[in-house]
Amino acid sequence: MIVPKYTREIPQRFRLEAEKCTKCGYIAFPPRLICPECGQKSFQMIQLQPEGKILTYTIIHVAADAFSTQTPFAVAIIETKEGARMTAQVVDCTLEKIETGKDVKLMLRCIQREGKAGILQYGYKAILSR
Amino acid sequence: MRDVYIIGVGMTKFGELWDKSLRDLFVEASLQAIENADVDHIQSMYVGAMSAGLFVGQEHIASLLSDYLGNEGIPATHVESACASGGIAVRQGYIEVASGISDIVLAGGVEKMNDGADVTFALATASDQEYEAFHGVTFPGLYAMIARAHMEKYGTTREQLAEVAVKNHEHGLKNPNAQFQMAISRDTVMKSTMVADPLRLLDCSPVTDGAAAVIICSEDVAKKSGRPLVKLRASSQATDYLALHSRKDLASLPSVARAAKKAYKDADTKPEDIDVFEVHDCFTIAELVVIEELGIVERGKSGAAVEAGITRLGGKIPVNTSGGLKSKGHPVGATGTAQIIEIVEQLRGDAGDRQVTDARLGLAQNMGGSGGSCVIHILEGIS
Amino acid sequence: MVGIVGYGSYIPVYRIKVEDIASQWGMDPQAVKKGLLVNEKTVPAMDEDTITISVQATKYALQRAQIDPQEIGAVYIGSESHPYAVKPSGTVLIDAIGIGPDVHVADFEFACKAGTEAMFVAYSHVKAGNMKYALGIGADTSQGAPGDALEYTASAGGSAFIMGSEKVIAEFEYTYSFTSDTGDFWRREGMKYPKHGGRFTGEPAYFHHVISSGKGILEKSGLKASDFAYAIFHMPNGKFPQKAGKILGFGKEQLEPGWVVPWMGNTYSGSSPTGLSATLDIAKPGDRILLVSFGSGAGSDSFVFKVTDEITSVQDRAPKFREMLDGHKIYLNYGEYLKHYDKIHMNE
Repeated sequence: MIVPKYTREIPQRFRLEAEKCTKCGYIAFPPRLICPECGQKSFQMIQLQPEGKILTYTIIHVAADAFSTQTPFAVAIIETKEGARMTAQVVDCTLEKIETGKDVKLMLRCIQREGKAGILQYGYKAILSR
Repeated sequence: MRDVYIIGVGMTKFGELWDKSLRDLFVEASLQAIENADVDHIQSMYVGAMSAGLFVGQEHIASLLSDYLGNEGIPATHVESACASGGIAVRQGYIEVASGISDIVLAGGVEKMNDGADVTFALATASDQEYEAFHGVTFPGLYAMIARAHMEKYGTTREQLAEVAVKNHEHGLKNPNAQFQMAISRDTVMKSTMVADPLRLLDCSPVTDGAAAVIICSEDVAKKSGRPLVKLRASSQATDYLALHSRKDLASLPSVARAAKKAYKDADTKPEDIDVFEVHDCFTIAELVVIEELGIVERGKSGAAVEAGITRLGGKIPVNTSGGLKSKGHPVGATGTAQIIEIVEQLRGDAGDRQVTDARLGLAQNMGGSGGSCVIHILEGIS
Repeated sequence: MVGIVGYGSYIPVYRIKVEDIASQWGMDPQAVKKGLLVNEKTVPAMDEDTITISVQATKYALQRAQIDPQEIGAVYIGSESHPYAVKPSGTVLIDAIGIGPDVHVADFEFACKAGTEAMFVAYSHVKAGNMKYALGIGADTSQGAPGDALEYTASAGGSAFIMGSEKVIAEFEYTYSFTSDTGDFWRREGMKYPKHGGRFTGEPAYFHHVISSGKGILEKSGLKASDFAYAIFHMPNGKFPQKAGKILGFGKEQLEPGWVVPWMGNTYSGSSPTGLSATLDIAKPGDRILLVSFGSGAGSDSFVFKVTDEITSVQDRAPKFREMLDGHKIYLNYGEYLKHYDKIHMNE
C-alpha cells in the first residue's frame, strides 16, 4: 500500500515541479529544503519543461518482479533544459535507436501497477524527440 | 584516540548455502573469529547487514545474533549502509575501541540472500527508491549507466571490463571460501547473458549467502593475545548524492575519493605505498572507477591498467586477491568485513596460494549503492 | 458564440495488422480486411491507458487553445476503458495538467459515444455560462475478446476538445441526440471483454440510431448534406460509416478526412471525436462539419459545427492526427499484442 507516498509525490511525478536555489541556481528535482551545492535554504518553485537529453542509459534485461513483463526496457539519466537531472524509462522506440546525447520529451505514463487490484502509479517517461 | 588492532578473523564459505540461515551464518563466522583471536569474551558487537528485512523478513538482527552468540547480554548494534554495511560495522568497532569505551569488540556482516526474496527489488532499495528504483532501474542498471558514461568519456572498452572479471576469477580460484572457483575467459564474459546493457552476467557479482567477522581490540589486548599484530592505520567513511543522476560526473564515484583522501592522510601514507588492495567490484566497471578514485591509476586509464595486468596477483598493484566480490561472492552486508579479512590474511602472510610477497600495508574499500557511501580501511602488518 | 477553442488527438505508436490477427485465428486475412475495410489498428504501449492518452491529447488541445488551464471549470472523460472501475480518470488528468482544484470532474460511460457525451456536457456548461472553459475528451484502449470479431478493430487513442466562447475555431450550431434501450453490445461489471449481438449490432442498433440522429439534426437545422464540407460517423469498421453517410446523402470526399478507421481501428469513445479532430486539421473557415456518434445500448449524438476564421491559426500549433497516424510506428506480432493488452493470464 503505497498510496500516501504516491499521492504526496504527485507534483513532481505529474507536473515535474522542481525547486531552484535562489542563490546558486541549483535545480533540485525533487524539491529539497537545503541546497546541496551552496547550503542556502531559499528556493523558488519552477515547473520543468518536459524536454531534455540523454546523458547515459542502459537496457534492463533482468528486472525486479514489478517490471519483469516489460524487459528488455531502457532506462536513462536525463538532463532537462533547465539542468535538472532525473532517471526515467525511454519508451516507444526500438532500443537500438537510443543513444547518449539524443533529445527526449517527457510524457505522462503509467510507471507501476500495484498488483491487479492496487493503485496505478503514473509518472514521467521519455520518448525520443522526432 | 587509541591504536586499534585486529586479532581475529572468521568467515563462512560464500555461496548458495541453502541449509544455513542468517543466524547460522553469522554465528559460525563470529565463533571462528573469536577462536582465531583466542579471546574469552567480547564486550560489544556490530553487525552489518543491508536488508535482512527484505531478504529474510527479519529485523532487530543485532539482538537476535547476540542472543544466538551466547546471550551474554552485551550491547549489539545493527549497522546499515547498503553494501557498505560490513565495512562500516568494522569502523564502528574501531571507533568504540579507539575511544576507549571497549577493549574487545566483534564486528562483522552477514547477508542471507538466497531465501526466496525478490533480490533485484531488495538490492534496488539501496538506490533512491522514489526517483530511481521507482522507474524500474536495477543495481546492474545503475552501474551499467556508469559503465556507458566511462566508456563514452574515456574510451574504456567492453574487453577491458571483461578483463576485470577474468582477473578476479583467476584470483578466486585460489580462495577456498570463494563462491566461484572457476577460471573464465574474456570471451565467456563477453558472450554471457545480458543483464543491463553493457553489463553481462559475468560482469556482475553473484547473489550470495555468507558472513564474516573480525575481533577488534586495543593495543594492550592485542599484545597480550600473542596473535599476529595487524593494526588499523585508518578508518574513513564518506557519502555522496544517493541518486546516480544527481552526480555531476556520471563516470565517477566521488565518495571513494573523499574517503580515500582522509584514509591516506590518517594513515600518513599514499597509494604507491600500499601493497595490496581489496576493492568493491560489485560490477566490473566498479573496480575500474574505484581504482581511479583511489589514485592507483590515472583517471580514465583503469581499463588499460587492468588489461596490462598491473592489478593481477603478481602485478605491480594486486587488486582483489580474494577474487573480489565478483568471484568470492557478494553477500552484501558481509562483503566489507570479508574484504578486511583478506587484507588481514595477506598482512599475516596467511593468504596461501594468493599471498602477495612481503605485504605490509593493505587497503580495503567497500561502498554502498551506486557510491552513495564508501568506507575505507588501511591496515598494517606489524612484524 | 460557443464552440471548440482547442483540440488535440493522441494515438500510441504501436500497431498490429488485421491480417496478423486473422491468421492467428485461422481466418482468411484478405477476406477479413476486405469485409471490415480495416488494415491495421493502434495498440497501446504497456504503460498507456485512457488516462495517459487523455492527458497527452489535452496537452495538444491546450497548445492549440493557448489558454490558462486554471480557467477550465469542468473536465469530462468519456471512455469504456477507464483504468479504474471506481476512482476517476479525470482526477489524474487535472493534476497532471494543472487544472483546478476548483473544477468539476466526472468520467462518462456510454459505450462508444461517451466521448461525444463529454463534449456535449462541456459545451452545455459554457453555453449556460457556468464557466469560461470546459474540457470534453473521448479516449479508449478498447477491449475485444481474443478471437472475437471486435478484436480486429478495437484500438487505442483519443481526442480532447476545449469548449469556450472566445477565439472559437468551430462553433456548435446545433446538437441532437437519439436514444433507446437496445442491447446490441455490453460489458457486465467485472467482466474483461464486451459481448455483442453479432449482426444485431447493425440495422437495429448502429444504423437505426445513427440514421435517426443524423436525420433528426438535419431536420432540426434545416440543413441538407450538400451544406456540409465534411461529415463524420462513428466508425466500428470501415463500412458502417460509409454506408450511413451514403444513406444520408454524403459523398466520399465529405467523409474521407474523418474516416480514420482503416489505419487506426475503432477507438470506441475516441472514434468519432478523433474523426472530428482529423477533419479540423484540414478544415477551412466557413466549413460546416456534421459529427454523428454512436454508443451501443444505444444512442447517437449529432453536432453541427461551423468552422471560423480562427481555425487557420491553431491547426499547426500541435501535431496533426494524420502525422501521428502515418508517422513513427512500431508493428507488433500477435504475441506482443497480447502482452500489450494484458490478455495473457499471468501468475500474480
